[in-house]
Amino acid sequence: MYPSRFRYEAPRSLDDAIALLQAGQGEAKVLAGGQSLVPLLKLRFAAPELLVDINNLPGLDYHRVDPDGTIRIGALCRHATLERSPLLVERQPTMAAAAPLVADPLVRNRGTLVGSLCHADPQGDWAAVVTALGGRVVAAGPRGRREIPIGEFVTGPFENALRYDEIAVEAVIPASKGQPAGGYLKLERRVGDFATAAAAVALELSGDVVTRAGIALCGVGPSTIDATDAGRALTGRTLTAAAIEEAADLAAAAAQPRTDHRGSAAYKRQVVRTFVTRILRNVVSTAERAA
Amino acid sequence: MTALDEIKIGGLGASRRRVEDNRFIRGKGTYIDDIVLPGMLHMEILRSPVAHARIRSIDTSKAWEIPGVRLVLTGDMMATRNLAWMPTLSYDTQAVLATDKVRFQGQEVACVIADDPYIAKDACEAIVVDYEPLPAIVNPTQAMAPDAPLIRDDKENQADNIAFHWQVGDKEGTDRAFAEADVISKISLHYPRSHPSPIECCGSIADFDRATGKLTVYLTTQAPHIVRAAVAMVAELPEHMIRIVSPDIGGGFGNKVPVYPGYVMSILASILLERPVKWIEDRTGNLISTGFGRDVYLDGELALRRDGRILAVRMHTTSDHGAFFGDAQPSKFKIGLMHSAFSCYDIPYAYLSATGVYTNKAPGGVAYRCSFRVTEAMFFQERMIEAAASDLGMDPAELRRINLVRDDDFPHRTAWGFLTDSGQYGRCLDVALEAIGYEEFRRQQAQAREAGRLLGIGISTMTEPLGAGNSREYDILGIKMFDSAELRVHLTGRAILRTGARTQGQGHETTWAQIVAHELGIPADDVLVEEGDTDTAPFGMGTYASRSTPVAGAAVAMAARKVRAKARKLAAHLLEVSEEDVEWELGRFHVRGAPDRGVTIQECAMAAYANMPDGLEPGLEASAYYDPPNLTWPFACYVVTVEVDPETGVWDVLNVVAVDDCGVRINPMVVEGQIMGGLTEAYAMASMQFITFDAEGNCIGSNFMDYLLPTAWETPGFELHEVVTPCPHHPIGAKGVGECATVGGPAAFVNAVLDALKPFGVRNIDMPLLPDRVHEAISRRRDVSGAPPVRTD
Repeated sequence: MYPSRFRYEAPRSLDDAIALLQAGQGEAKVLAGGQSLVPLLKLRFAAPELLVDINNLPGLDYHRVDPDGTIRIGALCRHATLERSPLLVERQPTMAAAAPLVADPLVRNRGTLVGSLCHADPQGDWAAVVTALGGRVVAAGPRGRREIPIGEFVTGPFENALRYDEIAVEAVIPASKGQPAGGYLKLERRVGDFATAAAAVALELSGDVVTRAGIALCGVGPSTIDATDAGRALTGRTLTAAAIEEAADLAAAAAQPRTDHRGSAAYKRQVVRTFVTRILRNVVSTAERAA
Repeated sequence: MTALDEIKIGGLGASRRRVEDNRFIRGKGTYIDDIVLPGMLHMEILRSPVAHARIRSIDTSKAWEIPGVRLVLTGDMMATRNLAWMPTLSYDTQAVLATDKVRFQGQEVACVIADDPYIAKDACEAIVVDYEPLPAIVNPTQAMAPDAPLIRDDKENQADNIAFHWQVGDKEGTDRAFAEADVISKISLHYPRSHPSPIECCGSIADFDRATGKLTVYLTTQAPHIVRAAVAMVAELPEHMIRIVSPDIGGGFGNKVPVYPGYVMSILASILLERPVKWIEDRTGNLISTGFGRDVYLDGELALRRDGRILAVRMHTTSDHGAFFGDAQPSKFKIGLMHSAFSCYDIPYAYLSATGVYTNKAPGGVAYRCSFRVTEAMFFQERMIEAAASDLGMDPAELRRINLVRDDDFPHRTAWGFLTDSGQYGRCLDVALEAIGYEEFRRQQAQAREAGRLLGIGISTMTEPLGAGNSREYDILGIKMFDSAELRVHLTGRAILRTGARTQGQGHETTWAQIVAHELGIPADDVLVEEGDTDTAPFGMGTYASRSTPVAGAAVAMAARKVRAKARKLAAHLLEVSEEDVEWELGRFHVRGAPDRGVTIQECAMAAYANMPDGLEPGLEASAYYDPPNLTWPFACYVVTVEVDPETGVWDVLNVVAVDDCGVRINPMVVEGQIMGGLTEAYAMASMQFITFDAEGNCIGSNFMDYLLPTAWETPGFELHEVVTPCPHHPIGAKGVGECATVGGPAAFVNAVLDALKPFGVRNIDMPLLPDRVHEAISRRRDVSGAPPVRTD
């Protein structure tokens, strides 16, 4: 690949990295997994003056659970780590379902969850998952740290709320108050393709009653779509066939798909409806099996 | 003295490990970009961002100002050297660098030669081209519209966008048969445009040495001798001072047969600068500008008797060749070997008419893992058969069985004049149906339908013509399609073999040595195979269209037999008997009636250098130029089962059974690899892989995110079976096989999905059968076309 000329720095501390971004005055880009940035450089769609490679920063490759159940994912935690994480299988079914569906195995070996959130691709898997879970992003800058709710962090297609001298260092998934349940389904034409449509469903259950429901969609709008009406329709109810159908219809209605080479708008809505239905039915049958 | 075990010495039938893999899996292959010459410069091409536009001006002044830039070439500069245009392999012309207009997105407009590729790329971005946009034509319907803008206004006497009209067959006889038919089955199909996408893109390093006058070009080519001939004729350089070297090739699949503008530019640049010039194409350049495959529309009709006998076939094809008619194919067949369709069926009458058109799309029409349009021919054939079975209410396996050529009917002359010579078609079909469990699957399918599940089974049977020539009928630009081999046995009994073919993954380095082992008893490990250097290899037409084994492979056997004939003289001398009293067994001559008195082939080799009889020329080598008497006709039957998800249109492959009869198998493992690769590409065509264009002529598929190649992740598993009917005219009984599964496979996948959709009355969905198309067909209960229809009748 022959990108435009750029300067490359690989600092060994977060402070140094932030200082470099500050000096870059908005002409610097952070390089973590590089799975979105490097193709953009190759195609010369992006031509930053400076790349700040954060892969040498210590202590950012974690994912862990706080005693209260909050899940924290560091900026250098790779998709592949999450794919193989017993912790997610045990604690967070929506994330566990999504992790193996992110891109392809090669991308998963390098790419990061936090980097995916920063890239803010409307077809990004993690943005939908973190939205359904009501997560946050921790930004570190010269003025310290701040937490940004995911709905405010993604400000548009390929745009995020970070200031030019800030680095997203962590994603935070709030502790589940009930029994976590849910899933993630994606239709792609081929492994590694962007989603034709995908749905993330994150529930908290008390017995068989839904106490919290987040449903988010990717690939079917100009940005990640938070299908709040669909989630609200489930809250306080058991997952009856009628409740599932209502939520699936509301999720399909929330989608804003466009007809393109991946399919017609009507088709993508239908896929959203099917996926939300299938995830919710699977929650029911999993619960029935457990009982 | 025990007889040599042919399998142990790596002879015919041995699944010998591929010797070339030793270097490939260690990362020690030498591909074009691995070659670095002293003082080498780097070339980058500026391509047109638009599909159709007049060039008002090209300003290269800013590019020249960038330090490290050595040369900027434009069409006008090429024109002063009479190199702005070059001939294609189909007697058309193609722009090297655009002068008047650009005619497709990605067309070469200028190039920069600089000290490194970064500088060259920066300089390309500094070139300012002023385009006056023209309406883009992106399909044959638009091309043939009465008021369509003229694409090829560079050509004298070209008043429309028609590249050719062509026809073959018995029109009147076919018309009569149709008049007498009980049932006429019609279907219109599109085989979409796709791209071979070898993992290594194209490239060249031209190295002109002023002192010696010699031009050496390292080039990604499947046919180095054709390139040498083309350079000699187009560039008017003396042929003996041109050396084309085809190094390790990272896949070709037909994409590396044509001569591309980038090659020509790098050659001219090296001559002008007197330094080596390297051009390495990037992926987008490869996808949007080099030889594509397919893009043919069919209106097909079968005349049938109610009992299922096919009385006649009528086909009209409309093919989209892009801006320049550059099909790489035998020159006298305008739509390749399309008329080899239906060769496996016994049909008395057939007629084909073909129209080729120009559009504002990339030129090419290469035989993508295909013997010149046979991929389209066999796909159309098997889709027409499936539609006819549906129209007759007949089981599709039964309709095939009724019409397949029978074993005792060979040699069989097809209605279009081909001569098929051997096969056991019915047996292949039986083996395939047995392996898939046809009857049982039909029962499961019926039960599943009751439960709302959609299962389907699809069959494809076909024979195809592989191994062009013979020289009477097959030539490229007048050069006859034979091939060659040159075998030199050294004094210790080791040997070097060179052929006019060029392996690009087919495994010649392994399998040619096995033919020598079979003919001479020299262990395959003792034979070095070398191809691709025109200074050392004998003249040949290269490797494509599954022609290596049928033609060059035959030449290897014939050269080895010549060596054996000479070795016999040496054996007679060593054994002190007359030549007539010497008998051959594998690897050894012995005295007739006294098997213990013998000499090995290695002893004969030593004698050729150290102990030759008076009057016998020293040395032990031979060359053979082989002109095959006929094509070879492998047969295959592919059967696929699928399940379709009615809610999303996603279909999963349940089973794939492949029965291939490619005659004698030189190396079964290599053959199986070819079949699996071919089936993967068949699945790709059926499911996802195509290149399309928007209304402005922008290529949708200019990178591997948009142009979908299946990965190991989604590619199904394959169950392979074999039937062996030796080729009656090939020296070792082999037939071509490299492309059978790519050619015959796609229809099996498509037929399976459409079989699953039978309850919905869906007769056709154009490839690729993407989930949204399948879902649309289910939800609207109608056929789904992936492309605008073309009707010329």
